[in-house]
Amino acid sequence: MSLQFILTVTLNGLTLASLYFIVACGFSLIFGLMRTVNMAHGSLYMVGAYVGFAVFDPLYASSVWASQAWLIGILAGIAAAALVGVIMQVAFLGWMQGQELRQALVTIGLSIIIADQLLARFGGNPFQFFAPDMLFGPVQVPLIGRYPVFRLFQVGLAIAVGVGLWLLLNKTKLGIVVRAGVDDRQMLAACGINVPLVAATVFALGAGLAGLGGVIGATAQPMALGVDARFLLMSLVVVIVGGMGSIGGTALGALLIGLAEQWGQVLFPTYSVILTFVIMAAVLAVWPQGLLGRKPT
Amino acid sequence: MAGHLDIRDLHVRFGKATILQGVSLSVQDKPLSVVGRNGMGKTTMCLALMGMVPATGSARLDGQEVLGLGTGRVARQGIALVPQGRRMFPSLSVHEHLLLVAQRGSPPWTIERVYDTFPRLAERRKNGGNQLSGGEQQMLAISRALLMNPRLVIMDEPSEGLAPVIVDHLIDVLRTIAAEGMGLLLIEQNLRVATSVADQVSVMVTGKIAATVGAAELASDRDMQNRYLGVSHGH
Repeated sequence: MSLQFILTVTLNGLTLASLYFIVACGFSLIFGLMRTVNMAHGSLYMVGAYVGFAVFDPLYASSVWASQAWLIGILAGIAAAALVGVIMQVAFLGWMQGQELRQALVTIGLSIIIADQLLARFGGNPFQFFAPDMLFGPVQVPLIGRYPVFRLFQVGLAIAVGVGLWLLLNKTKLGIVVRAGVDDRQMLAACGINVPLVAATVFALGAGLAGLGGVIGATAQPMALGVDARFLLMSLVVVIVGGMGSIGGTALGALLIGLAEQWGQVLFPTYSVILTFVIMAAVLAVWPQGLLGRKPT
Repeated sequence: MAGHLDIRDLHVRFGKATILQGVSLSVQDKPLSVVGRNGMGKTTMCLALMGMVPATGSARLDGQEVLGLGTGRVARQGIALVPQGRRMFPSLSVHEHLLLVAQRGSPPWTIERVYDTFPRLAERRKNGGNQLSGGEQQMLAISRALLMNPRLVIMDEPSEGLAPVIVDHLIDVLRTIAAEGMGLLLIEQNLRVATSVADQVSVMVTGKIAATVGAAELASDRDMQNRYLGVSHGH
């Protein structure tokens, strides 16, 4: 096994982890404030990708907007996922606050409906975004050789998302409100804060991150139906390993799972699928709250 | 004067247990203290008024019904709570607790005034809510309520677990609040605090108001204290 090979597989793991981080961050954010296990998070990922593509495709074909098509597709994907997320929270989840099982079942139901609706509207053919020229094609990376520049962009974007979220949570009034809500929602309401509005905002943010992940994921690899289940499962594993409701934990969990998936495929391809679950079981056996999770108070 | 609270026939039931069975109380221009033994329903009354537990009956703030509004709206109508156990936000620093509720420098309570009133909080402004001593946490819980500049503040045993010298400071602060015209409903186990802040003291026994007596009268009458509170007070 050459050094170049080791580095390439590791970099593949890193770029996969970046996508997982972007998606799982949204999942963790929603869980942190609302204790809602959003089983439709993978569907929001898919909504972002499909709606984003529906906007992107005609623009890309046109001569005027082709160069901006991808960026506009991203914004449309984020907006569509955020909108669906807000509707979910306001119409369904808000009034069953605190009933975790009911929320989980309702979101599973919604995920089935959303998947069917997407199939009906957009058909079942796989599709893929084309990244703008700037992010397209290979680039020379020391010790590794030619590597897709878009994958490196993915890593940069994940870092930007992480830093942005950290700043939002730690340096803004909204961040103070959200952190207080994670501690004690009822007391936050007693401080005169409009908690349902905050909940809808956080849901929009978390869902928007899933939508962003959807467009990014569908640019890196072809997108098809069925990825909702994969990204939901991945989000669950990442935040369970890292610790619910912690950005640092989500980053760590995403890194572990992304690297494990890539290295698993190299070292024992037949059994690589179970590797992530072995990691999850091992982490839970030693740290039931996840690696960086907080003990419940 | 604002901050008048009229509670009529307040009931709270948990399953088959009735915790409050028809509480009626009135807070007018002067503070009112409510005393009573543990488990008599004092804390439940506070939570019910804030919409934090479901209740029936009526509670009017300056004539407007607040029962059934939901906690956030009750608070925005002008009632603030200093809850039992303080309920700090462990993820927030002292200063962030204040930022959470401060409305851009509007009087009478501003962040500057809080730091003037409780210099200890200014020293610990970067500390987390759970790194504070009991007395500091209580000051922060009170500050958090005052910064909302409510019409009425409900305090649920603010003197609990405080050293005597801090209790004296607390009494001064509570008197100042009341003198400035903020309504004050004070729940207390500590008779000295209850009787030195308010002229009128209501006694709660098994979910009802058993009597409302003058503070001086209650403070001097050992028999009455034994009858209603069942404890002797050494301090």
